[in-house]
Amino acid sequence: MSQNLLELDHVTKRYGVGGLFSRQSITAVNDVSFSLASDRPEIFAIVGESGSGKSTMAKMILGNEVPDGGRLTFDGTDIGTIRTRAQREAFMTRVQPVFQNPFEAFNPLTHVDTYLYATARRFTGADTRAQQEIKADEALQRVGLSLAELKGRFSHELSGGQLQRVAVARALIPSPKLIVADEPVSMVDASLRMSIVNLFRALRDDLKVSIIYITHDLATAYYISDRVIIMQKGSVIEAGNARTVLDHPTHPYSIALKNAVLPPDPKAAAAAIRQRRAMVEGV
Amino acid sequence: MFDVLTETRPATTTTDVLTIKDLKAYYINEHFGVRREVRAVDGIDLTVRRNEVYGIAGESSSGKTSLIKTLAGAIRPPMRVVEGSVKFDFGGKHIDVYAEPAKMKAARWQHLSYIMQGSMSVLNPVRRIKHAFNNFAYRHMGLDPTAFRQRVESHLQRLGLDPNVLEAFPHQLSGGMRQRVTIALATVCEPEFIIADEPTTALDVLVQQDVLGLIKEVQGRLGSSVVFVTHDMSVHAAITDRLAIMYAGRLAEEGPTQALFDKPQHPYTAHLIASLPRIGDITTRKSLAGKPPSLANPPSGCRFHPRCPIAIDRCSKEVPQMLPSATGGRVACFRAGEISVQ
Repeated sequence: MSQNLLELDHVTKRYGVGGLFSRQSITAVNDVSFSLASDRPEIFAIVGESGSGKSTMAKMILGNEVPDGGRLTFDGTDIGTIRTRAQREAFMTRVQPVFQNPFEAFNPLTHVDTYLYATARRFTGADTRAQQEIKADEALQRVGLSLAELKGRFSHELSGGQLQRVAVARALIPSPKLIVADEPVSMVDASLRMSIVNLFRALRDDLKVSIIYITHDLATAYYISDRVIIMQKGSVIEAGNARTVLDHPTHPYSIALKNAVLPPDPKAAAAAIRQRRAMVEGV
Repeated sequence: MFDVLTETRPATTTTDVLTIKDLKAYYINEHFGVRREVRAVDGIDLTVRRNEVYGIAGESSSGKTSLIKTLAGAIRPPMRVVEGSVKFDFGGKHIDVYAEPAKMKAARWQHLSYIMQGSMSVLNPVRRIKHAFNNFAYRHMGLDPTAFRQRVESHLQRLGLDPNVLEAFPHQLSGGMRQRVTIALATVCEPEFIIADEPTTALDVLVQQDVLGLIKEVQGRLGSSVVFVTHDMSVHAAITDRLAIMYAGRLAEEGPTQALFDKPQHPYTAHLIASLPRIGDITTRKSLAGKPPSLANPPSGCRFHPRCPIAIDRCSKEVPQMLPSATGGRVACFRAGEISVQ
């Protein structure tokens, strides 16, 4: 049996809130376990509304937050045991993030290509600018852009979709095994959203990268993901094959979430709104 | 509750509450003799009828926010109305926004109100909710303070909010509750005309559905007109009666929402609808090549032609006019109706 790429074993995370005397703790992630196989790249969706703990999960997988209980293992190493800079860089070479808002992820006063060079220098050992440019261009070609059109550009000169592709290209430079994408399309315009979503599919199929796709949008989750977990208040309430779970959700919350997806048809959507309204009024 | 509402709702009349004629509003910057024009609203004609939800769809930088700012008379330099007119008809009271600014000021909030996008930035974070009501609505209602308070409380109750929220600070409320407070704020004076600018964009799916239902319900009860702006086509499908698609400062298509979804005439509309993912359908969705054009330097002819899959020579040379379409709306395309929806 092959080793798992990522394994979460009963992971729990609590945050403390309140002052010195009225200290309370909130369980953001409660006893979550799942694993991604290393020989079969897949898109794994984590679905839930805000406050369900999905972003905390992303932070823990990226090693930015330490779990209070349980273990996260990446490629055989416990993420919690990463101490030295060298270990950390080796980990970051294999796990890369893509963030929600590309306009916030890039400094508006810095040329966007600078980020690509910095990543190339840090993770691939490309010392000269010429080597870095080659690395950057390779990555940009994969996402349908080229260095020629990006060189010296600022973030405001690019559309949200283009910027988000640059963010994905940057994540691809170290040739990672896993990309953690936290709401990558929620800030991207409607006409460009599908280009990002299709790009993730291509990454999985062509580059064999596994992707953890965090979203509250069930429709895109259904469209691209292989497996899905649905979270509510920190706990996983439903998990399994994406099509099976989303076609026939069994938990009441998953059903409510699925019904909340507005169907792209005026009659059906208006009926859905009325139904929800009647339900809320009825309670 | 919905049945009761449908009965009390006045019958839809075709009287127009808002008429926009050939409106052009540009951001004009002049530095050291170099003039830069951003044509955010470039020749728009539209009418909004009484008692309807009129949707405006378009991507960011398509000029939809500039358009609603212009029609609310809320523009500041460097933005300027270069040409055209915006006229309201509030039950016989005619107001030309750019000819009679004083009249417009008096009409604001009483006849025309605004539901804004970021509820957190509308409500002052260091003052209780009640102050927002006092600041926005008190002087338009002409009531003494006790009667005003009672009116606000009963209005909140009708929207499913506890009157105690008046004593709360914005951070103590959830995002959905804050958005409901801004809806209450915009509707407490029972205005004839409500502008809603992306009111659900920052909300979760479940809360989004509640807020949409609430807006529809309030609109039905007041019989007012709502201009609803968002880039999310499925929200438009759920709430709007008529829908206008905006692309790069101009209208591409306008029509009854159902007809637009069933038979889009403009290739851009067809793309927007075809690219919506649906649960139960995993066929590959195509995305448009290219990016939205810069409004400082828009393409010649039809502004969509560089990204259009069915563009012909003529599209890059001539500007298509808004003409009546086969489905009862209007469309600006030389090859209207020729695109097939996959």
